[in-house]
Amino acid sequence: MALTPADVARLGELARVRLTEEELVHLAPQLDVILASVARVAEVAGADVPPTSHALPLTNVFREDVVTESLAADAVLAGAPSVEDGRFRVPRILGEEV
Amino acid sequence: MSSAVVDFDDALAAFDPVLGLEVHVELNTASKMFCGCSTAFGAEPNTHTCPVCLGLPGSLPVVNAKAIESAIRIGLALNCKIADWCRFARKNYFYPDMTKDFQISQYDEPIAFDGWVDIDVDGETFRIEIERAHMEEDAGKLLHLGGTTGRIGDAEYSLLDYNRAGTPLIEIVTKTISGTGSKAPQVAKAYVSFLRDLMVSLDVSDARMEQASLRCDANVSIMPKGTTTLGLRTETKNVNSLRSVERALHHEICRQAAVLSSGGLVQQETRHWHEDGGYTTSGRLKSDAEDYRYFPEPDLVPVAPSREWVEELRATLPELPNLRKLRLQGDWGFTDLELQDVVNAGALDVIEATVAAGASPQAARKWWLTELARRANEAGVELAELAITPAQVAEVQGLVDAGTVNDKLARQVIEGVLAGEGTPAEVVARRNLAVVSDSGELAAAVDRAIAANPDVVIRIRDGHLQAAGALIGAVMKEMRGQADAAAVRELVLAKLA
Ligand SMILES: [Zn+2]
Repeated sequence: MALTPADVARLGELARVRLTEEELVHLAPQLDVILASVARVAEVAGADVPPTSHALPLTNVFREDVVTESLAADAVLAGAPSVEDGRFRVPRILGEEV
Repeated sequence: MSSAVVDFDDALAAFDPVLGLEVHVELNTASKMFCGCSTAFGAEPNTHTCPVCLGLPGSLPVVNAKAIESAIRIGLALNCKIADWCRFARKNYFYPDMTKDFQISQYDEPIAFDGWVDIDVDGETFRIEIERAHMEEDAGKLLHLGGTTGRIGDAEYSLLDYNRAGTPLIEIVTKTISGTGSKAPQVAKAYVSFLRDLMVSLDVSDARMEQASLRCDANVSIMPKGTTTLGLRTETKNVNSLRSVERALHHEICRQAAVLSSGGLVQQETRHWHEDGGYTTSGRLKSDAEDYRYFPEPDLVPVAPSREWVEELRATLPELPNLRKLRLQGDWGFTDLELQDVVNAGALDVIEATVAAGASPQAARKWWLTELARRANEAGVELAELAITPAQVAEVQGLVDAGTVNDKLARQVIEGVLAGEGTPAEVVARRNLAVVSDSGELAAAVDRAIAANPDVVIRIRDGHLQAAGALIGAVMKEMRGQADAAAVRELVLAKLA
């Protein structure tokens, strides 16, 4: 399951990190080591150990459907790089609508 | 730019369409899915946000119990199984509509799955299988600005309002729907219409397509007739009305048929529907699920609805809208067309109440779909908002049945009730609208009409009975409409016999 530079290029694309050809070749074996280490953990767990996503043995932690106070708009927008009309202003982004 | 299309009939002669529909329903909870911010529509931008829905570091989401309840009720109404145990997952993507760079959704453990609904189109029933109904949060709203056309491709920058970010959504996904043939666009429209009615009757969503609280993404592919290999599908977004669902699919089938017929390949991609021009344009290439790198949301513990809770919720389900329509049609003896008119006019509830108040179904239908529909239309209000109750409409019909007023006078009674002049009986008394029942007065009027129209009398005596209409008209005019035309006719003919 050796990672290829092409796999790393794809990961870079998904993470929006631009990588040079050199970096791809350099990172592939390094990431491979990490993957192999994680895979070893999977080997340790027997069939009787279910995959764990949460450390706490809790389910159904709910809140009532009650409206609470929101932040003031100026506080919300204080961290915005740019503001227009009470809204966050961002550069146009094409082709990525979900 | 719109693309080449072939004629719909030609497309259907060569290909079978296969559909997949994804419908997003915004729940009508008061607060958001994971925080207490209000979900009210139309607030000043960015006034309904907090550290949780803005994804600020250190904030912790907590699930809205009402949203889970609504999700389970929707699942049950769609004949789904309800998961014993399920988790939320992070769907990772980079787009400014979510500040967190991920959306909390569900991945391979939806709360409801494996359901079905039956949809009627022109008397034919199509079973739509539901793959899943899962919970997720809505994203913020973008305004693309700076360009000349207002379209995203032209925009120079975007403005973001996060009020909607975190609003609870249920996404309902069908399995592939095949075998609908040329009815595919109609089946899709009928299905979305069914879901809209269902959400309203469950009282879990406003389900207003024009406000985007119910949104449909329509997947379609076509396969050459006689084969069973699924073609590559497109997903059309921005379909914001029932009519658009039908039109967009109609167009997409014709466009794909043109591509395949000319030896091309259909791209698996997202397409945007342009309501004005009635065509779709290419959006982005569709991402694979792996690209979203889903993983269990570590900040939210699993949801494990007890079977008792599920059964409690099942007991709260109302009669489903399609079953109710069938029941009422049977009770009332309406034809398909009559029922369709009633449904289209939004008159089901008021007619049911009018019949319950004692009117015959046909009479109730007549008043609500003609005189009252006209007045509601003039006033720009819904039927139920008119200042007349179903019980009063039944009372008006009662006055007609008793011979107290005729149809023409009944319309004046309705006018009076709508004008706030009181109950139908009060309006009749106040406006002095009752038909003249004094037979002496009526007989005198008939005598005067006979005396004034000797030529008509001769024609009637010669056997031209239809000429009696002229005498009846003269009498009705003299009585200012306040006479029973049938009684007048009887009197005229009796006197000339
Ligand atoms: Zn919030």
